[in-house]
Amino acid sequence: MAKERSLSPEARSILGTQISRRAVLAGAGGIGAAGLLAACGGGGDSASAENTVRWGNWPLYLDFDEATKTYPTLVKFSEQTGIDAKYFEDYNDNDEFFGKVQAQLKLGEDIGYDVVTPTDWMAARWIRLGYAQKYDTANIPNKVNILDSLASPSYDPNRESTLTWQGIMGGFGWNVEKNPKGIRTLDDLFAPQNKGKIVVLTEMRDTIGVILLGQGIDITKVTEDQFMNAVDFMAKKISDGWIRGVKGNEYAEDLTSGDATAVIGWSGDMFILASENEGKFDFAIPESGGTISGDNLMIPSTASAAGKANGEKMINYYYEPAVAAEVAAYVNYVCPVKGAQAEMEKIAPELATSEYIFPTEKTASRLNVFRSLTPDEETKWSEAFQQAQGN
Amino acid sequence: MSFPKVRVPYLLLLPGFAFLFTFFILPIINLAQTSTQTPIAGGDTGQYEQTLAFSNYIQAFVDNKEQFGRSFVYATLATIFALAIAYPLAYAIAFKSGKFKNILLVLVVAPFFTSFLLRTIAWKQILGEEGFVVPGLRALNIIGQQTTLTSTSVAVVAGMTYNFLPFMTLPLYASLERIDPRTIEAAGDLYANGLTAFRRVTVPLSLPGVVAGTLLTFIPAAGDYVNAAILGSPNTKMIGNVIESRYFKIVDYPTAAALSFTLMAAILILVTLYIRKAGTEELV
Repeated sequence: MAKERSLSPEARSILGTQISRRAVLAGAGGIGAAGLLAACGGGGDSASAENTVRWGNWPLYLDFDEATKTYPTLVKFSEQTGIDAKYFEDYNDNDEFFGKVQAQLKLGEDIGYDVVTPTDWMAARWIRLGYAQKYDTANIPNKVNILDSLASPSYDPNRESTLTWQGIMGGFGWNVEKNPKGIRTLDDLFAPQNKGKIVVLTEMRDTIGVILLGQGIDITKVTEDQFMNAVDFMAKKISDGWIRGVKGNEYAEDLTSGDATAVIGWSGDMFILASENEGKFDFAIPESGGTISGDNLMIPSTASAAGKANGEKMINYYYEPAVAAEVAAYVNYVCPVKGAQAEMEKIAPELATSEYIFPTEKTASRLNVFRSLTPDEETKWSEAFQQAQGN
Repeated sequence: MSFPKVRVPYLLLLPGFAFLFTFFILPIINLAQTSTQTPIAGGDTGQYEQTLAFSNYIQAFVDNKEQFGRSFVYATLATIFALAIAYPLAYAIAFKSGKFKNILLVLVVAPFFTSFLLRTIAWKQILGEEGFVVPGLRALNIIGQQTTLTSTSVAVVAGMTYNFLPFMTLPLYASLERIDPRTIEAAGDLYANGLTAFRRVTVPLSLPGVVAGTLLTFIPAAGDYVNAAILGSPNTKMIGNVIESRYFKIVDYPTAAALSFTLMAAILILVTLYIRKAGTEELV
């Protein structure tokens, strides 16, 4: 991406008042702590009426109007369709959310949501366990608008029960002052000036994915040996004092406080950091490639027929390019909808050329999806990844 | 209608017992059952079956003995530091604060008005690169130019000491405040100087507070994971962090349960030894 990003004053003022959802998660304590506390709070809604749809999504992941305390696109959806959309910002953590609803899913009892938003690998688990319903495609004609690069993930090759909500790029983020030449390779990351000030993500598929790609390994076909080798690489960098922490969203905080000078981080966060700090930070997809993952709109097996149909209408609505552009202007993650870029031209031209939101084809070709894991691998690999970070 | 007198105490116990049964005994039984399960062959993530695999305990302990050791060392250090800070503080409030006594007590409790998490995150900023502590210590050459405080064991122990300080201060204050000043005067009448009177009269009389305070600090500190998660690094992880990661990240419920039980047993043994040594009669 361009080193000098210049945003219009309007765009900057909009961004200045917004916080990315991941940054807010960090503020809430990040890690499991926030998840644990959130787990105590109630979620969803027990009543599943004919004319409602109940959607559980990550915090700050939908356009929000501070003045009216409403979600403009969601309000418009309700006005257009007469469907009462109930929105819950209580999907804080994939594992925690799964833990919360697993028992009900197993028993086939209503979990309180008609639409949930799990990340790819978790969506894969839901599908495997039969906890996801297939879409009635007649209700979602806009399904064709999904970007080609996202159209056929291994866990749902025909997108029969998932559609991407937003895409998340994983790559290098850095402090421009400390790394004037930028960071494009693992060697750049582990350069002397960053010793002890590197933070990597707790999201296994992003951190190990970027390391694997840096080692020249194709993460769409990674083997266990290759994976374990990359985990050992990370463990060594931790014990040798290069990596100071393995964190979730709080890495953004460490960058601003100066405790970290280089990170493996997420595009949306870095976008906010760069625009809030006048170009003090920058982000790039590694030369050897970065990761891309998505959070997905999915209808749980326990949703009623009415809830499912309403959910599908809502998903269809969010796959309208104009609506998708409006959401993307707020959340700053990769927009999965074709035609949204043209719509963005109309509402925020500066953002229409943002590689963070609309990666060019050249950029997109350098993004890789971590292959899906079998349940055994999932346990074994994440165990190794957790142990490498001292857990 | 009247109940025979002897049954009344049992009836009074009923609500407490029902509560403990539902929210303590049942979960403990569930935890015990989970701790000996093993993955179902060919099952999905998070699916386990009962196989009475007691080896889970050995495996869990062997894999994580480092974090166990660290938890007890950190908790002990935090308890000692908290005692060292809280004793003079409680003493001053109890004996020397005069009309400010209530204000000072409110100040001790005031941190509870804010979330535990937020306060810990604030410490991260205080000890961070752009806080005042690190640049200050660097300017005074107490720490090297490259030394940082966050992501070190120093930060974790400092955070724990801070977070549990009120739990130490309040019981200490309660037992110090209760001391009859005439006993100290009597010591003076018997030609004890200030120090001797403090050592022979005040300290022994405040021991119940010391025992209660150290227990209230040590027990939660040993199981704490927030401080290590927010202020520490991968090299300062405590057993609480391992349990959290096993439960939520790896979805390995049996190991998480076995670790929880082991932690509980270890704390129970240590506390029993400590109370034996300190004398149960002191625990008023």
